Amino acid sequence: MSILVNERSRVLVQGITGREGMVRTRLMKDYGTQIVAGATPGKGGREVYGVPVFNTVGEAWEKVGPIDASVIFVPAALVKNAAFEAIDAGVKLLVLVPDRVPIFDVLEISNLARREGAVFVGPNTLGLLSPGQAVLGMIGGRAQSAREWFQSGIVGVSSRSGGMTSAISYYLTKAGLGQSTILHVGGDAVVGLSHPEVMEFFEKDDQTKIMVMFGEIGTTQEERVAELKEKGDITKPIVAYIGGKAAKEGTRFSHAGAIVEGSAGSHESKVQRLEKAGVRVVESIFDIPKVALKLKKNLEE
Amino acid sequence: MARLYEYQSKKILKEEGIPVPQGDVASSPKEAGKIAQEIGRPVVLKVQLWVTGRADLGGILFAETSKEAEKKAQDLLGKKIKNYVVEKLIVEEKLDIQSEMFAGLTIDDTSKAPCLIFSSVGGTGIEEISQKYPQKIVRSPVDVLKGFKDYEARDMVRKVGISGKTMLFLSDVLVKLFALACKYDARSVEINPLVLTTDNSVYAADCHLTIDDYAVFRHPELGIEVAREFDRPPTLLEKIAYQVEKKDHRGTFYFFQMVDDVSPEGKYIGFNGAGGGGSMMSMDAVMNKGFKLANYCDTSGNPAASKVYRAAKIILSQPHIKGYFASGSGVASQEQFHSARGLVKAFWEDNLNVPAVIRLGGNYEEKAVEILHSYLKNVPARVEGYGRDDSSEFCAQRLENLVQENNFHSHMVPPWQEPGHDFLSSYSFETVTGKIFIHHQKCLNCQTKGCIEACRAQILELENGKPFLNISQEEAQKGKCTECLACELYCKFHEQDALFIHLPIPGLKEYRDRIGKED
Repeated sequence: MSILVNERSRVLVQGITGREGMVRTRLMKDYGTQIVAGATPGKGGREVYGVPVFNTVGEAWEKVGPIDASVIFVPAALVKNAAFEAIDAGVKLLVLVPDRVPIFDVLEISNLARREGAVFVGPNTLGLLSPGQAVLGMIGGRAQSAREWFQSGIVGVSSRSGGMTSAISYYLTKAGLGQSTILHVGGDAVVGLSHPEVMEFFEKDDQTKIMVMFGEIGTTQEERVAELKEKGDITKPIVAYIGGKAAKEGTRFSHAGAIVEGSAGSHESKVQRLEKAGVRVVESIFDIPKVALKLKKNLEE
Repeated sequence: MARLYEYQSKKILKEEGIPVPQGDVASSPKEAGKIAQEIGRPVVLKVQLWVTGRADLGGILFAETSKEAEKKAQDLLGKKIKNYVVEKLIVEEKLDIQSEMFAGLTIDDTSKAPCLIFSSVGGTGIEEISQKYPQKIVRSPVDVLKGFKDYEARDMVRKVGISGKTMLFLSDVLVKLFALACKYDARSVEINPLVLTTDNSVYAADCHLTIDDYAVFRHPELGIEVAREFDRPPTLLEKIAYQVEKKDHRGTFYFFQMVDDVSPEGKYIGFNGAGGGGSMMSMDAVMNKGFKLANYCDTSGNPAASKVYRAAKIILSQPHIKGYFASGSGVASQEQFHSARGLVKAFWEDNLNVPAVIRLGGNYEEKAVEILHSYLKNVPARVEGYGRDDSSEFCAQRLENLVQENNFHSHMVPPWQEPGHDFLSSYSFETVTGKIFIHHQKCLNCQTKGCIEACRAQILELENGKPFLNISQEEAQKGKCTECLACELYCKFHEQDALFIHLPIPGLKEYRDRIGKED
């Protein structure tokens, strides 16, 4: 199996009639994602690449049946409302693609999601992809590239960078290691599913045998993964890379989450913490496939 | 996090009902004297700068009279403290302090909630104090949908052993602090010290508020110029870059300078990353080779070629860099030839004389690399393009070799070029952020008319052998022309150089002129 999304997932696109929503709907469909409906207020009755469009998420659910996941492509300022709508309608997995969602909005979404037993990926995410099955969001771009770059296998990839999600997975594929699911947690300071939560999904997934984590300076995500590993909640081997070794304190490096505040969240402290917990931390991205191959060999022995 | 100055933060506190010392902000000694006179008691003068430990740096002075205040303001204004010139002062009543406490708010990514912090000890060195006396500090994550209730505030204050009227005053401050944090989309608030005076009143004696830069659009009243996290005021070049980003939402362009001055001797390079993680990884790789970055820059999220062009022009406005390094994740989902075209136009115009290594792995990387190689073979310096199978470490090594071969030659910033005279009277139309000029006279000698085919949006057609828009000028201006730059590059390198795309960058001409004079 994969985590969170597979070929049977029934997917809704919010903001499907927008520029980005339309393009991405086509690419997701091309890859094999089952897009069952779209929603844009006031645009109900239309079709986008054969997908029926409804005015509300509730209406979509009524007409097409249960929805497993919603991918949100609306302007940042409207993301909170869209997410609330999806959660209220009963959707349990949300992917918030937009960048620049105000942090208090994210906190409110997070609060409501927790109450309703829903989870979300993002904001500021490229989404997630289970090779050969489905993609939610925009990982891989063209379906043809995505098929070439990502193959099904035993490695679960979780990354704080969208580009690096693709890059690491491509280098794994090239080394003969496929992936169960690859997921971009999003670049913001507060995200829905963060590294430790994704790792817990991978831990429970039969297909995943090895986990790869692309971490960055800032936030407590990597430290919390170390904690889970130490407590024994995560038993599968992890290979990690932490970006931002050369970063300057107090300044943001693109991702809002990548800001070092004092010594907490620095490159050094994260590497030390992870290594102490038994995570293999590599110096270069290109060492990830090498170490993962070794780990695979160990597992087979 | 867009930072506010103390005087801005205090104004908000006051409006939201948290007591602050009587006073105001002054930009001249006269104003300072006037404020002191209105207060009519001993005052304190505090410089308004983003530096910590102002007292030790001589940035905080006391005055007994308004005359003395005026004189001390004279001393402080215009003074240079840690590279910043003092332009503003707070003049406010001097408090009779009984004790100093701390109240603040941070956003906790673990509990995914805002977290209020209260400490019965405060003042300088709060970090050490909180480690030394953990029992004096209490943290409380807040349920944003429920809000923060007064009884919760009382419970926080009670926990550090404060009771009676003081507890009520303090809990009131916490409730209001949370309310203003929500109202203003605060990324963090720090009231330190929160002072209890000898007559048992509570005042926010110093305060720092930072606003979530993604929410700055909700707060035009704050007048935030550059909504970005900086530990210092933005530089002129950063302001120019920020205006480019603000006016063009196609993809991301994030830019800041890493040093105040790029020294001619230093091994500095211009850095152009793509994607947050890929940029950081590339930065680490190039710094491992002993390079220093003049700037950090990230152009990603499928930016238009015109946006990458502007980024490159801004990066190349930094004198003394020894090379140009562009590298992202290596496997980008965006179509990479747009970035390639943007770089070609900038490098060509500036007649690049320092080497560049461009790693453009991802969708259509072959085409991107070919564009770089074929169009830039005639600029003075060497430009090498690479793809997804070339590591960032390898590319950093290539730059190292090329910079050495180039004898560590320094980049000279050329003046900004406006479109030539012959273009001004030619056929033209506006695009989203610029203007395209086509010199039809020159088109008569054109054999291939390749611009028509090169145009991805297919908005050009031939009329009597000359290219014209096949849509209205308005449609082109509204975005039908995607500013992919393909027509210009085709015409320049394969035909008559009859087409020029003018992409203005407000302020950059003056900036470059000034740099030219300084050199």
